[in-house]
Amino acid sequence: MDHDLVLVSRLQFAFTIIFHIIFPTFTIGLSAYIATLCVMWMRTGRQFYRLLARFWTRIFAVSFAMGVVSGIVLSYQFGTNWSRFSAVLGNVVGPMIGYEVLIAFFLEATFLGLLLFGWDRVPPWLHTFSAIVVAFGTLLSSFTILSANSWMQTPAGFEMRDGVAYPLDWLAIVFNPSFPYRLAHMVTASYLTTAFVVLAVGARYLLAGTHLEHGRTMVRMAIGFATIAAPLQLVIGDQHGLNTLEYQPLKIAAIEAHWDGDRPGDLVLFAWPDETSETNSFALTIPNGASLILTHRWNGLFPGLKSVAPGDRPPVAPPFFAFRIMVGIGLLMILAGLTGAWLWWRGRLFGARWYLWPLQYTWWTGFVAVISGWIVTETGRQPWIAYGVLRTADAASPLAAHTVTATLVLFVLVYGIVFAMGIYYINRLIVRGPQDFSMPSSGAGTAPRLTFSNRDDGHDVLAGARQ
Amino acid sequence: MEAYLPVIWAGIIGFAVAMYVILDGFDLGIGILFPFAATDSERDQMMNSVAPFWDGNETWLVLGGAGMMVAFPLAYSVILPALYLPVIVMLLALVFRGVAFEFRWIALTSKRYWTFAFAGGSAVAAFCQGLILGGLIQGVKVENGAFAGGPFDWATPFAVLCGLGLITGYALLGATWLIMKAGGSVAKRSMAEARVLLPAVIVFMIIVSAWTPLAFERVALRWFSLPNILFFWWVPAATALVAFAAWRALNAEHSMLPFFAAVGLFLLGYLGILISNFPYLVPPSLTIWQAAAAPPTQVFMLMGTLVMLPIILGYTIFIYWIFGGTLNEGEGYH
Repeated sequence: MDHDLVLVSRLQFAFTIIFHIIFPTFTIGLSAYIATLCVMWMRTGRQFYRLLARFWTRIFAVSFAMGVVSGIVLSYQFGTNWSRFSAVLGNVVGPMIGYEVLIAFFLEATFLGLLLFGWDRVPPWLHTFSAIVVAFGTLLSSFTILSANSWMQTPAGFEMRDGVAYPLDWLAIVFNPSFPYRLAHMVTASYLTTAFVVLAVGARYLLAGTHLEHGRTMVRMAIGFATIAAPLQLVIGDQHGLNTLEYQPLKIAAIEAHWDGDRPGDLVLFAWPDETSETNSFALTIPNGASLILTHRWNGLFPGLKSVAPGDRPPVAPPFFAFRIMVGIGLLMILAGLTGAWLWWRGRLFGARWYLWPLQYTWWTGFVAVISGWIVTETGRQPWIAYGVLRTADAASPLAAHTVTATLVLFVLVYGIVFAMGIYYINRLIVRGPQDFSMPSSGAGTAPRLTFSNRDDGHDVLAGARQ
Repeated sequence: MEAYLPVIWAGIIGFAVAMYVILDGFDLGIGILFPFAATDSERDQMMNSVAPFWDGNETWLVLGGAGMMVAFPLAYSVILPALYLPVIVMLLALVFRGVAFEFRWIALTSKRYWTFAFAGGSAVAAFCQGLILGGLIQGVKVENGAFAGGPFDWATPFAVLCGLGLITGYALLGATWLIMKAGGSVAKRSMAEARVLLPAVIVFMIIVSAWTPLAFERVALRWFSLPNILFFWWVPAATALVAFAAWRALNAEHSMLPFFAAVGLFLLGYLGILISNFPYLVPPSLTIWQAAAAPPTQVFMLMGTLVMLPIILGYTIFIYWIFGGTLNEGEGYH
C-alpha cells in the first residue's frame, strides 16, 4: 500500500484520537467525582456540596460535549480511513464497538440531560441517581472500548479464513489476555488525572483566597484519593508490563530499548536509541535493572529487538521516550500525594504555599501521562494494527494520500480552534467558582418547574450587563 | 437463518438511521433556522428547547455507523471511503454544532461566533448528509470488495439537490418542533416559516422522486414494472395525503400535528428510498447478504440489541417526558 497514504492516515488517526482521549479521561473521573458530591449532598443535606457539584457539572458539560463530537469522528474513521481494518477484522472487533454505543453512549447521553438540566426539575434522589448513571456509563464505555483495543493488542478467540477474521469464542475475544490489565490501568489513570485537576483548582482557590471552604474540601478529597491511587497505579502498571512481556515482547523491547535478547537488560533511564546501528547512544543505565523488573532475576533474559527482522519491529523512540514521560509523571504524582498526606497529617496543608503553588499549574500532567501511555501502547504495537494478524500498512482505506492530507489539515485547524476555546471557557468557569444566585424554592420534596426566577447560573448577572 | 439475519439487521440499521434523521433532524433544523430569528433571546429559547436532548439524539448517528460496522462491515468499508469528503466535512460541522451548545452560554464577547458556528455547523452537516444520501443512491464503484473510485465521484447535481432538499426538510422538522415546544414570538415565527418550508419540501420530494427513476434504470424498474406498481402506488398517494394534512394543520395553527405530519413525510420519503434500493446496501453492486458480517457476529450483536433497544427507547421517552412542556422566552435549563 502507498507509504505516504498509510503515514498520513496514521497521523490523522493519531491526532484525532490523542485529542479525543483527553476528554473521556476527564469525563470518567469527573463524573465519578460529581456523583460522589451529589451523594454527599443527599447524605448531609448541606447546600455546600450541591454548590460544588453544580460548579463541576458546568465544567463537565463543556468537556463532555468535546468528547462526544471528537468521539463520533473516531467511530467513523474506522471506516473512512481504515476500511481494510474494518473489512478484515470487523466480524471480531465490531461487536464491542457496537455494544459501546448500545450500553454506554445512549445511557450517558440521555442521563446527561438530567444531570445538566434537572437540578430544579426532578427530585434530588433522581438527580443524584442520574449522576451515578452517567458515571457508570463512562465505566461501561471504558470496558467495551478497551476490550476492543486490547483485542488488537492480544488477539484471541478467532480464526482467519480467506484473509478475514471470524469469531470462535466470544468470552475469549472480550476477555482477551491484556484486557483486564489495560482496563484497570486506564480507569485508574482517569481517576488519578481528574484528582490532580481538582487538586489544582482547590490549590488555586486557596492561594487566591477565594472560595476557601470549597478549596479546602477539594484539596482534601483530591489528596486523599491520590495518595492511594498513585501508588496503586504503579502496581497496576507493573502488572500490565509483565503481561505485555508475555504477549507482546517486542513492545517491551522497544520500551526498554533492549536490542540483544541474549544478554540481561539494563534499565535505560535515558538514551538515544539508534535503529541503524541497533544500539543506544548517550545511555544512562542501571545495570541489569530491566531484567530485575521484568524477570525478577538478576541475569534474567527477555527478547530483544534484534530477535526479529527490522521490518517486524516497532519504532523504538516513541515508546521509549513516551514511557519515561508517563512513568516520570506517575512518580511525581506519588510524591505529590504522599507529601500532601504528610502535610495534612501535620495540619500544615492549607498554609503550605510552597506545596500548593506548583500544584495549581500542574492540572495538565495527568493528561500528558495518559497520552504518553497511549503512545507507548499503540506505537509499540507497530507494525501491526492487530498484533500478529494484520499489518497497519495493509489496513488503510483506498484513498489518495493528498485527500487524507487535506482532511488532516482540516482536523488540525478545527480541533485547534475548538480545543483552545474549550480550555479558555473552562478556565473562565473555574475563575467564576462555585456560586449560586438564587435559592431553590423548595427542598428535597417536589421540584418546582424551572422558571426565570430560580434559574441559577453565573452568566445571568453578565447577561444582564450585556443586554 | 443465514438469509434472514441480514434482513433483520438491515431493519435495525434502517431503524437507527430513521431515528437519527428525525431526532437530530429537528436539532439541526433549529440551527438552520437560527439566522431567521429576530433576537439573541429567541435563539436562546430555540437552543434551550433541545438542549437536554441533542446528545441522545446525535447518538443514533453513532449507532447507525457502528451498527453498520458490526453488521455489514463490507458495506461500511466501501461506503465511508467512497463518500470520504462529505463524511469528514459532516463530522467537522457536527463538532462545531455540538460544542456551540455549551460554548454559546459561556462566551461573552464571542457569543456571536458560536451562534454562527451553531447555524453554520447545522446547515453544513445537513447538506453533507444529503450529499451522502445522493452519492449513495447514484451508486458506488466497487472492485474486489473495495471502493475503487475517486474522491469526487459523489459530486453531481443530483447529490447537491439531495443536500438542499435535506436542509429544507430538517428546517421543516425544526420549525414544527418549535411550534410544539416554544412559546411566544418563536412559535409564531416558526409557524410562518413552516408555511413556506412545507411546500418547498414537497417540491424537493417531487423532483427527487422524478429524477431517480429517470436517471437510474434500476429504480424505474423497481417502481413501474408490474406487479410492483400495484404494491407501491400507495406510497406517493400517502405522501400527498400527509402533505395535505400537514398544510391543513398549519393553517389551523395546531401545535403538535404539524410536527408529526412532517415526521410522517420524512418516513414516507425514507420508505421510498428503501423501496428504490432494497436489497442493495451499496448500489448497484453490494446486497445486504453480500455485505453481511459472519452469522455468529450478527447473532451475538442481535441478542444484546433486542434487549437494549427497548430499554434505550424507554429512557429516551422518559427524558422527553421529564423535559416536556412549552418553553417561553427567558426560560431555559442552563
